[in-house]
Amino acid sequence: MKNILIGGLLLGASVQAHCQVSYKEMADALHAVMESDRTVYTRMVVNRLQNEEKVIKASEHFKDERALPLPAQMFRFGSEMVAEKKMGFSYALLSMWPINKQNAPKTAAEKEGLEAVAKDPAKAFYKEETLGRVKYYTAVYADRAVSPACVSCHNEHKDTPKKDFKLGQTMGGVVIRIPMK
Amino acid sequence: MLGYLGTGLFYPASAGSALLAPGRAFLLPGRTTHGHHQIELACESCHSSPFGGKQAMQKACEGCHAAELKEANDTHPLRKFTDPRNADRLEKLDATLCVTCHVEHRPGITTAMGLSLPRDLCFHCHAEIAEDRPSHAGMGFETCNSAGCHKFHDNRALYEDFLAKHLDDPPLLVSRILPARKLPEQKPVPVPDAKANPAVVRDWLETAHAKAGVNCSGCHGTPWQERPTQAACKECHAPEVKGFLAGKHGMRIAAGLPPMTPALARREMRSEAGHRALGCTSCHAAHRFDTQKAAAKACVGCHRGPHIEDYAKSAHAANGVTCASCHLPRVEWHDEDLGVKRILVQHNQSETLEPSEKMIRPVCLHCHGLGFSIDALAGRKVASLDMVRKRLLTRERSRK
Repeated sequence: MKNILIGGLLLGASVQAHCQVSYKEMADALHAVMESDRTVYTRMVVNRLQNEEKVIKASEHFKDERALPLPAQMFRFGSEMVAEKKMGFSYALLSMWPINKQNAPKTAAEKEGLEAVAKDPAKAFYKEETLGRVKYYTAVYADRAVSPACVSCHNEHKDTPKKDFKLGQTMGGVVIRIPMK
Repeated sequence: MLGYLGTGLFYPASAGSALLAPGRAFLLPGRTTHGHHQIELACESCHSSPFGGKQAMQKACEGCHAAELKEANDTHPLRKFTDPRNADRLEKLDATLCVTCHVEHRPGITTAMGLSLPRDLCFHCHAEIAEDRPSHAGMGFETCNSAGCHKFHDNRALYEDFLAKHLDDPPLLVSRILPARKLPEQKPVPVPDAKANPAVVRDWLETAHAKAGVNCSGCHGTPWQERPTQAACKECHAPEVKGFLAGKHGMRIAAGLPPMTPALARREMRSEAGHRALGCTSCHAAHRFDTQKAAAKACVGCHRGPHIEDYAKSAHAANGVTCASCHLPRVEWHDEDLGVKRILVQHNQSETLEPSEKMIRPVCLHCHGLGFSIDALAGRKVASLDMVRKRLLTRERSRK
């Protein structure tokens, strides 16, 4: 596995000026942050305020309805902001059962990866792929229903192709791409 | 001759020089769009770097238009296309660049809306839409945009759930009222801090300026400036001035050119107003700053033509709807630095003008239902509401 040079602080490991980190380690570290933030927002903000306390709703049209952004939107907005910063890597939330069809798997690696993590959510999927003449290290991680809000919202959405999600089940996947040198 | 043209080309200030400007005009590669014609001699506004290529041009586009697109919840932002998973689409249509669809100096392909627009722009990514939406089967590739149902950038008034929410709106709403502007906290100062004639003092005392604690020096400054410009207004009215400078009235100033005058306009204007240089006080005459006058009388002081003549005979005019009610609407403004929002007048007319669907939410829906508004702006019956109604019925039936 080729290594990439990144700041040591990024991985929260020993504080050194630089260290060698593999693409896999980099993707895993990025995903750990993404998954944690996503879970915190879903459980401690949306599920608590919408489903438990019934203080405020979360809505796809959060501006019009003066509501909270959905967890998937929160994740996507972060991904878009990272894209604007041109950090090199990119990430997306995709699913074999997407509400928005544009978020269905498109590349061979995405299809293969989403199927793999649906079968075995504990095991991430890694593959190298070339898109637009650029070679990427692509990692796919299971995205699970971490709170009742995920399940109820997806099962009841008018455009959902799947209405029987259960708590803890894989609903899709986080796809991280790092351009390879 | 070459020296004259060369000076016009390489000396930016020649755009504002009566002597050198014709040299620049001679070098224009084609008639500009009506959105850019006012600043067509400020070539550097768009061609910001002679060797910067398309990216430099893109930066210039974003410099003027990015904020508006962000406010419109742009359905197709640049970041959507920089995702590697869309690399195959980018190879067909480079949607990361505005100039892929909107080219300047090409009057032959410029639409009435003031820009070029490929008819097949949706097709490259959404050719299979009928698989997801069977109701769209058999529709022409150009109809997504031309039928009045979808826009590439601004779909705030056209998305399905919004249409569904407004299916049964009546053409004329029971409550027809513009949102109230939120003015700054009032701190009256009844004594002027400069000598002025009684008429000026009386005008000033009757304005919101006197009530808000803005004294003579608040606008005229220290040292005294006889004729304050928009720079003085900006001290308290920054978003309004920003809108003014982005719109048709102030964009020349923003581009470093002499102010716009009606004589320079492509629209029909009153000849007697031709020489008037536009600034804030052109419409908001000092020292009274009468917003009611600015909302209609000021407009017809310069503008003329069938639209204005029709307005005078319209139900809008009879019911107190002014030019500003529609073309300088009261909108929600977000101050991201302070983390607050308030209602103020959008002084950039272009932001709610074309495509006309941009006018629906900030303007029409204050008095009219959504269906009526969509049809009225399109000038014909648009199918989108009926299609949503059918879809809801089908969905309802499938649940039973």
